[in-house]
Amino acid sequence: MSTALAPPRPPAGGARATYRRRLLVLAGLFAALAVAVMLSVSIGAKPVPLPEVWQAITAPTGTENDIIVRSLRIPRTAIGVLAGIALGVAGALMQGHTRNPLADPGLLGVTQGAAFAMVLSIMVIGVTSLYGYIWFGLAGALIASVGVFALGMVGGRGGGPTPVTLALAGTAVSAFLYALTSSMVLMDEQAMDVFRFWQAGSIAARGGDVVWQVLPFIGAGLLLALINAPGLNTLSLGEDVARALGQNVNVTRAVGVAAVTLLSGASVAACGALSFIGLMVPHLIRPFSGPDHRWLLPYSGLMGACALLLADVVGRVVARPGELEVGVVLALLGAPFFIALVRRRKPVRL
Amino acid sequence: MRLQAVDVRLGYGDRVVVDGLDLGIEAGTVTTIIGPNGCGKSTLLRALGRLLKPSGGEVLLDGKRIDRMPTKEVARILGVLPQAPTAPEGLTVADLVARGRHPHQTWYRQWSSDDEAAVGEALSMTGLGDLGERPLDELSGGQRQRAWISMALAQGTDLLLLDEPTTFLDLAHQIEVLELVRRLHGELGRTVVMVLHDLNLAARYADRLVAMRAGKVVAAGTPSEVLTESLLAEVFDLDAKVIEDPVAGTPLVVPIGTRPHP
Repeated sequence: MSTALAPPRPPAGGARATYRRRLLVLAGLFAALAVAVMLSVSIGAKPVPLPEVWQAITAPTGTENDIIVRSLRIPRTAIGVLAGIALGVAGALMQGHTRNPLADPGLLGVTQGAAFAMVLSIMVIGVTSLYGYIWFGLAGALIASVGVFALGMVGGRGGGPTPVTLALAGTAVSAFLYALTSSMVLMDEQAMDVFRFWQAGSIAARGGDVVWQVLPFIGAGLLLALINAPGLNTLSLGEDVARALGQNVNVTRAVGVAAVTLLSGASVAACGALSFIGLMVPHLIRPFSGPDHRWLLPYSGLMGACALLLADVVGRVVARPGELEVGVVLALLGAPFFIALVRRRKPVRL
Repeated sequence: MRLQAVDVRLGYGDRVVVDGLDLGIEAGTVTTIIGPNGCGKSTLLRALGRLLKPSGGEVLLDGKRIDRMPTKEVARILGVLPQAPTAPEGLTVADLVARGRHPHQTWYRQWSSDDEAAVGEALSMTGLGDLGERPLDELSGGQRQRAWISMALAQGTDLLLLDEPTTFLDLAHQIEVLELVRRLHGELGRTVVMVLHDLNLAARYADRLVAMRAGKVVAAGTPSEVLTESLLAEVFDLDAKVIEDPVAGTPLVVPIGTRPHP
């Protein structure tokens, strides 16, 4: 303790180096995303060389390639980027709020909520278009997660939900909705068909309209996530410390849950159940970001977009001339990868 | 009075732990709360730090009801360090201490030169200046506890509430932490309230002792007023002799027990 009365040291050089390294990782992730986007617009059932992609964007002349790029590849890539960002950020938020390294956005009941509402809309109202399902899916996701939050609050101490009550409520609501959905699709063949494809998870054959449909929700979710990051940092020291630091814990939780709901609700409604991104991506990126959510959240978003696009590209080439749904590729690649990750290092304590 | 509990009733759900308790903390003192396990010490400390809302009565900070003040404003006046806090893996000491600046930040202005200075000062105050970039989980128990105290210091509050800051530490590290508390009081004029289990250390490092049993304050005053043989019997059911500490002159508790004496 002999240094106790020394004057404050100048800002440590270590802190500045850390900052520089974090900016570098951010730049690297942007570069990786750019590469993933280029692969996604050019590779597929019919490969389109990059110069021709560029031509299709800047000066289309109505050739076959122009049409493929403009009406198929670009919307598909855009929805992949949006859903990937949304799921990566939602996963990191979810793991941060529950302090549970195995939490994923589905824990709030969004996935089953969306599935239930879509199947219901097909059976009861007779909705037939993809754009129609998406609104219902989104509504279902929002209602389910509000229900989970309300149920979690009942069990929580001091008026707010705790990670444990949220997880319990989410599991219970999901199981209940899944049971209802299963019994409905068994009775209705058309609903069964839609549900099957939705459950596999895909970003193919979504037109530009879908991008514009989900964009406002994902944008709002990202804004809330950004606002939530400093509060989440205090919450990761425990609720008592967060309160002692002047953080309103219940508001922080509510904002976080709202962000997760908007982000994963929108992507689940548009692309189906893409489970592995939200769970895996934060683990992959945490060694670079450390436990600071102001870096972890943007990193996870960019990484999520890269992972989703690359998995989709793989799905286009492995089963030619057909395609494998990106949800299937993610599960096939993700599961062993995740097991390796867990085996190599002990799971991170949050 | 900086901090005051007036006729508070505290508990969890239907279970009442403390009922009808009054306590005042004067500015510039080190107050230590002692009492047997489950007597409501930590509960009282949590209520004083507005981590627990009383179901009856009120807690006043500088004469104002603490639950009606904006919580961030309270956090600039009063710091609380709960018992055995945990941090996410990989968090560095400097990052932990920097999070103590949270009440001084808004989400669009995350870091200022004031923050930088406060963190540097808090680190050197606790002798951790050279360990800033080390992950918290690589430190020894004593260093880790000092890092948490450092976080509470960076908060820059006049009042500091510490719940068992010496738990899990060996005697040398306990002394180290308590010397630090004493210096905060002596050099910076901070007002400190702690919960401690070790009566002899409590007697040595506190200006005032508050003895609790079953949710009630049994005695409050200077260590020599409070730590008497009759009080130990009343509060702890402990048969003990109280002699003078040969080093500090404060009361020293020597339990009698049943082991045969030579």
